[in-house]
Amino acid sequence: MQTLVAYVENKPGVLNRVSSLARRLAINIDSLTVGPTDNQEIARMTIVAHTDERGAHRLEASLEKQVDVLLAENVSERPLLERDLAMIKVTADQTSRPHLMELIKVFRARVIDVAPQSLILEVSGTVDKIDGLLEVLRPFGVLEMVRSGRIAMTRGGDLLQPPIIPAADGAKTAA
Amino acid sequence: MKLTGAEIVCETLTQLGTKHVFGYPGGAILPIYDALGKSKLHHILVRHEQGATHMADGYARASGGVGVAMATSGPGATNMVTGIATAMLDSSPVVCITGQVSSKLLGSDAFQEVDITGITMPITKHNVVVTHAEDVARTIREAFVIAQSGRPGPVLVDITKDAQQATCEYNFDAAAPKLPVKRQRAKYDKVEFERAIDLLNSAKRPLILAGHGIMVSGAMKVFDQFVHSGNIPVAMTLLGIGAFPASDVLNLGMMGMHGEAWVNHAIQEADLLIAVGMRFDDRVTGDLKTYARDARKIHIEIDRSEINKNVKVDSALVGDAREILEAVLPHVKHKEHADWLAHIRELKGDSAVRDIQGLPDNGHLYAAHVINDLWKETKGEAIVVTDVGQHQMWEAQYYHHNSPRTLVTSGGLGTMGFATPAAIGAKFAKPDADVWVVVGDGGFQMTMCELATIVQEKIKINIAIINNGYLGMVRQWQEFFYDKRYVATPLVAPDFAALANAFGIRGERITARGDVAPTIRAARESKEPFLIDFRVEQEDSVYPMVPAGGALHEMIRRPDSPLVETAAQEL
Repeated sequence: MQTLVAYVENKPGVLNRVSSLARRLAINIDSLTVGPTDNQEIARMTIVAHTDERGAHRLEASLEKQVDVLLAENVSERPLLERDLAMIKVTADQTSRPHLMELIKVFRARVIDVAPQSLILEVSGTVDKIDGLLEVLRPFGVLEMVRSGRIAMTRGGDLLQPPIIPAADGAKTAA
Repeated sequence: MKLTGAEIVCETLTQLGTKHVFGYPGGAILPIYDALGKSKLHHILVRHEQGATHMADGYARASGGVGVAMATSGPGATNMVTGIATAMLDSSPVVCITGQVSSKLLGSDAFQEVDITGITMPITKHNVVVTHAEDVARTIREAFVIAQSGRPGPVLVDITKDAQQATCEYNFDAAAPKLPVKRQRAKYDKVEFERAIDLLNSAKRPLILAGHGIMVSGAMKVFDQFVHSGNIPVAMTLLGIGAFPASDVLNLGMMGMHGEAWVNHAIQEADLLIAVGMRFDDRVTGDLKTYARDARKIHIEIDRSEINKNVKVDSALVGDAREILEAVLPHVKHKEHADWLAHIRELKGDSAVRDIQGLPDNGHLYAAHVINDLWKETKGEAIVVTDVGQHQMWEAQYYHHNSPRTLVTSGGLGTMGFATPAAIGAKFAKPDADVWVVVGDGGFQMTMCELATIVQEKIKINIAIINNGYLGMVRQWQEFFYDKRYVATPLVAPDFAALANAFGIRGERITARGDVAPTIRAARESKEPFLIDFRVEQEDSVYPMVPAGGALHEMIRRPDSPLVETAAQEL
């Protein structure tokens, strides 16, 4: 599994270009998240792809060839923080509820909705942690689940910022 | 100045230096055609939109500038697809302008509506829909920049009918391109550069692989200096032909599936390959596991995604070929490489005669004869535009090009039907050049409707049909790999000379070798377009041949046959 971070133009069709490119290279995307940045014209993507280092290099270089992709970087080999967010609706009646609450504490999940026969949990963390929670919740009855897909950031001083846009007056400002 | 979006299209193109537009009108692009009529642009009416894209492509390849094609929405746009993909695979700067239904109708399956930007996304360098007249000028200017910069490629601009009809203020200068600011990567790292120099100066059996990128970057002069300062032999890719003169003793000829045997052997025996502006296509490498095993590799290439794609290299210099060669040149130590060059000459001595000119003297006309005579009659100075297949490989083997942009051919996509329209484009780019179409009887029938375009535009083009009654290259594969089961390759054709006459073009049919040169001369002397139907040996094959996926040095060679003395002596 390889993780790439990309800054792209925030406009229609760009997501299509990125996913179409992965398809063309026969690379299966495991997770792709897009969100805004400080600059409303730029969006940041985290792409997790089923491929090897060579495939990730091709994806990175091919992405960066796209006019609308400002920067693409394979960060798989760098010290990295990756997070996934999940909401899980699980069956919870009078008898199972106490057991559930213990598990929730161990996994540092939060209860964000309480209904007579179910709870919705919110949990964030690594994919492994969420997979782990899901495994122990399954016997209780997982009714519905949604995961955000991974977001990633390199640790410490290793910065991945959008390219600098020269302003009309010649001064350089961060995009 | 207030103009309509349609007028802005024509004004912007004119101010960008465009003189010719190849296209076909229709409902959704009518406003632009109306404006075209009032502009200084010369519009060439094609007979099929595929032809328009090939013409723009041929124009771009022969001139080095941007070719422009136009079509209406829906079927007009989809007919362009093959031509766009052809330009994409061969990195040709083509700008396609398509009409689109009004923005209010987008997505409604309106008459002749098709999502052409969606369709062409993977086969364009970039594409964009314009829905406001205010965006027309800037978008077209950006399309020209994108098409030509870095590794060139086709750009499609889809303009809705309401954007063509609306009026807005037009100012060329104010519509300067505003392309996204991208991260600038360091061109190449110092370590890679120094490693390349070390490899270069320590190699005993170096070989240069010269590709299309040399011409794209205009690196011919510095490349020549580089070759001679290191005294390094050069092998050409199909699209690289012309980048380095065939007459130079260091030019070995074409490599790959139908490359000269000595070239492929030299690649396999080299201890260093210096690839310049080429992409190690599978038709060039054969089986990657056995490809140039003893060689270290330096890759000079502008497209970072090509590095280590097919062949793992020891030093990658990413950037413009001319800039990199200029940086490398002062560090190259002159060496004679006498043993290596002598060895290659030895390899060549034998196979040159056997494979290239060893055709049986049985009274039949061979395609090789035709190409060889064409080369001699035109002194190697014509612009030859080929289609795809056997005739294309024979052209590459027998026509010796000394100047850049004199061979125009569909390499990467291998598009049949390319030659005739692309030659029309090339003729508009180089009106004084002697332009020859070399085409098979199969490919010619795919786009022969463009003969009418030649007549309507009153341009002088010569057409040589290498007519063997088969889809020759496919037949050859069937002969070698499918036990001669010629399924769907025998081909009935019209009487091409009579067909030419019907279009108002002079046509001749040639069956004897002795008539080849005089007819080529007659065609060249004529001021009118001229078509020659060369009836050549039907079951001749292109040799040598590396079977697809086979090792580069394991070639199928021409079966032994009595040598033709006269031909052999001409080498």
